[in-house]
Amino acid sequence: MGLLDYFRAPSGARKGSASVAKERLQILVAHDRAARDRPSYLPRLQQEILAVIRKYVEIDNDAVSVHYEQEDKYEILELNIVLPEADARS
Amino acid sequence: MARTIVITSGKGGVGKTTTAAAMAMGLAQRGHRTVVIDFDVGLRNLDLIMGCERRVVYDFANVINGEANLNQALIRDKRCEHLFILPASQTRDKDALTQEGVGQVLEELRKTYDYIVCDSPAGIEHGALMAMYFADDAVVVTNPEVSSVRDSDRMLGILSSKSRRALENDEPIREFLLLSRYSPERVASGEMLGVEDVQEILALNLLSVIPESKAVLNASNAGTPVILDVESDAGQAYSDMVARYLGEERPMRFLEMERKGLFSRFFRG
Repeated sequence: MGLLDYFRAPSGARKGSASVAKERLQILVAHDRAARDRPSYLPRLQQEILAVIRKYVEIDNDAVSVHYEQEDKYEILELNIVLPEADARS
Repeated sequence: MARTIVITSGKGGVGKTTTAAAMAMGLAQRGHRTVVIDFDVGLRNLDLIMGCERRVVYDFANVINGEANLNQALIRDKRCEHLFILPASQTRDKDALTQEGVGQVLEELRKTYDYIVCDSPAGIEHGALMAMYFADDAVVVTNPEVSSVRDSDRMLGILSSKSRRALENDEPIREFLLLSRYSPERVASGEMLGVEDVQEILALNLLSVIPESKAVLNASNAGTPVILDVESDAGQAYSDMVARYLGEERPMRFLEMERKGLFSRFFRG
């Protein structure tokens, strides 16, 4: 590294818009990749589970969350359903 | 054993056709029997970049439909005897390329050629999928710019899920990165993603970095693949690409700013 580079890149951190671009891309690409590997039926599955539970308990739209993960040899489908507080159910 | 190489990117205007022309010429110059195919139905351009636009009689779709045989449609390059061009159809609609038809033509070409370079159209529509489907190797052309990098990642996803090798559980496609329109000055000043940044995100085997260069426009103006401009930075960077693709080790060039004058030479050591 030449002497000028010390002035060009103070304290090792790179300034300018490129670092913003990289950060945005890393988040975006990770998000895209996660969505890519997910089965396409997940949103529908989530809606239907929500509808079934609503037959019995009144819950919010975001009370059912579906997580999908793929390991080497198996897939994990994780369902998380948040029921309302007991006294709210009456 | 013939290899089918797709030049892809997702995004348009990043240099796919320039790369396809340069790579095909580079392989042919080394004595490999090479054919380069334009998959961009309705928007053919490879013939212009190769400088054979006035010699097109029959095209890819004519061959698929049995209106011409392969030898009638293939155009022999006037500069290199090992290189042939198969132009895209300018008039037909995109469905002219059926998977079966493309497969048959490629199968026929594999008997005579060492390398089949497929110049993909932009996007993820039918033509692009056809160009990728039969590939053994893929060169993902990327500019150091957010939308291009994102689209490249998307293409990698498609290559690993919708290609023949993926669907038939064959050995996966070998994927390579080609970074083009690179400006070392802008990278140094922090305005442009650097080669390490792009590689960190895409994690691909880097074939070459093509600097932003006047030579590319000059070459396309003249209808000469830029790799033939051996004095130019872009031409040399493309020669490196072909060498590395064939397994030669070459240090990366054109990543640093040109050193100007005594002053900066003194400071930069």
